[in-house]
Amino acid sequence: MPRKIVIGYDGSDGAKDALGFAVELAKAKGCGLVVAHVLDWSPYSFLTPQEIEERHRRRKEELERAEAAILAPALASLKDAGVEVTTALKYGRIAETLVEIAKETGAEQIVISRNGAAGLASRVFGSVAISLAQGAPVPVTIVP
Amino acid sequence: MKINHKAAALAACALPVASAPAFAQSLDQKINDGFASATGWFVNFIFSSFPGTNFPWIVMWLVIAATVFTLYFGFVQFRAFPHSISLVKGDYSDPNDAGEVSHFQALATALSGTVGLGNIAGVAVAVGIGGPGATFWMILAGLMGMASKFTECTLGVKYRNEYADGTVSGGPMYYMTKGFKERGLPAGKAMAVLFSVFCILGSLGGGNMFQANQAHAQIANVVGDYPGWITGIVFAGIVFAVIIGGLKSIAQVTEKVVPFMGILYVATALVIILMNADMIGWAIGQIFSGAFTGLGIAGGMVGALIQGFKRAAFSNEAGVGSAAIAHSAVRTKEPITEGFASLLEPFIDTVVICTMTALVIVITGQLVSDPATGLYLLDEGASTIQTVDGNKGVALTSAAFSSAFPFFKYILAIAVILFAFSTMISWSYYGLKAWTFLFGEGRSKEVAFKVIFCVFVVIGASANLGPVIDFSDAAIFAMAVVNIVALYLLMPVVKGEMTSYLSRLKSGEIRKFK
Repeated sequence: MPRKIVIGYDGSDGAKDALGFAVELAKAKGCGLVVAHVLDWSPYSFLTPQEIEERHRRRKEELERAEAAILAPALASLKDAGVEVTTALKYGRIAETLVEIAKETGAEQIVISRNGAAGLASRVFGSVAISLAQGAPVPVTIVP
Repeated sequence: MKINHKAAALAACALPVASAPAFAQSLDQKINDGFASATGWFVNFIFSSFPGTNFPWIVMWLVIAATVFTLYFGFVQFRAFPHSISLVKGDYSDPNDAGEVSHFQALATALSGTVGLGNIAGVAVAVGIGGPGATFWMILAGLMGMASKFTECTLGVKYRNEYADGTVSGGPMYYMTKGFKERGLPAGKAMAVLFSVFCILGSLGGGNMFQANQAHAQIANVVGDYPGWITGIVFAGIVFAVIIGGLKSIAQVTEKVVPFMGILYVATALVIILMNADMIGWAIGQIFSGAFTGLGIAGGMVGALIQGFKRAAFSNEAGVGSAAIAHSAVRTKEPITEGFASLLEPFIDTVVICTMTALVIVITGQLVSDPATGLYLLDEGASTIQTVDGNKGVALTSAAFSSAFPFFKYILAIAVILFAFSTMISWSYYGLKAWTFLFGEGRSKEVAFKVIFCVFVVIGASANLGPVIDFSDAAIFAMAVVNIVALYLLMPVVKGEMTSYLSRLKSGEIRKFK
């Protein structure tokens, strides 16, 4: 399996910086890049009957939107970067799911920006970066 | 279900009427009288008792159905209980399906539609009339009702409609039409239409007016009396914002707070029970001996049995068909898995929560007994047991909890209001599904129903509509008459699904993902 680096990417300015860093890292190490976006989701949340009925459709829309608004521009910006780029798009707890993606792709590192799009909530409840630093099975680089 | 006993409903309705202007009162009176004479025959028919007893045949209908399903599926509610828990935990969910409706979410949403006044006020009515022994029969009926839920929810998923845009519609009207057609049975469409009519009436009544009414009674109880239409307008405005304005935040907040309230309620009950740990043995003894001897209550052992069965049936809606609508949207390749998940619903609603209420009432000594004989003392009408402060219905539950924690009556009032609101949201959805089944999908048709629904919120909160509420209760149980006939005819389909699934589970073809 070719060597890979997972970059957690949500389209924020911080994430763009981290992506730039990850590209340099990948070039230096001769790795491919997995641009991963996770849609925050818990199977134990509570929904109204209306939301339950529309869930399947909304999921499709959310996936399409994430693909178009977040992953496609990232891919376009990396066209001439000189590294092999793949994408991953999943639902789940962000840190947990990034770890899963790293395991599935056999990645040797995870890169993430310190502040993603979520601001206050992550400050109160602990950020993705901290959870990853504590729980990831591979080295994690946190880009400030 | 949050449908309450008629007596409690009438007591609650008395409050708004006292505050209404005289002219409105006479208008209400006219509406009441006209409505009562037009619908009384239907109410009397549904709630009529077997000759020479006060045992309503509709309760027997639900209990017999639960027994038949329990035996037909070989006590599936006990055999599949651990597997049901694994399914709800997500052990068998494919991670690639993350983002779809999980078993947990479908169960939680269905539960927020059933847990409520029935668990708080209904149980108090049962114990107040039937004594502690009613609890035993309530638990038994709850355990049996699990099989009814299992049957209807499996069918709800199996015969649901999936549309091109990814939305789904399911429920008894769909298994009556599609399931009957598949098995070559006649009259599926007619039954579906009948069911839908009852479902719309039930959603406007028990799922709406009664809830608005009880919520107003609770608020008035805490802040003092004021006209009910004020509560009605506020509630209708909020419901309008949610179901027509698409204001999701309110609904989402409610859906998050309601489970929290449920957990708080059970936790408080547990604390009170543990505070009286030395009484637990005595209380359980009362429940068992009351179940078979009556302990001097009105109607004796049979009285306890009727009250217990009635409350369980009224509380968990097993066999009514509403849950089949709620559960049908889950994303699963195996319809039977939703049946397994749904059988936890009567367990949580009745066996856990209702039992907690009953235990707290018994253990805090709310019921007055004769110290010499140990028999319960009846009040003057000889129809209910004397309570310490003469409390009945939700007030009895409130007094029992407040005897340990005086501030709990405020929490309970908030819980009742939130439960009422979440039930309205759930039933507005059930009613809408029946409405669109009858009249077709379409924005203007849907809005028409939602507007009617909001109007009934105001009516329910502001007026004394005893006969209307009786009628709505009757409509909900009429749903069960139609639904259970369909369940009997379609239960071989469920058995086929169950046998196939369980053998594949045993062979390892169906395996855990974590």
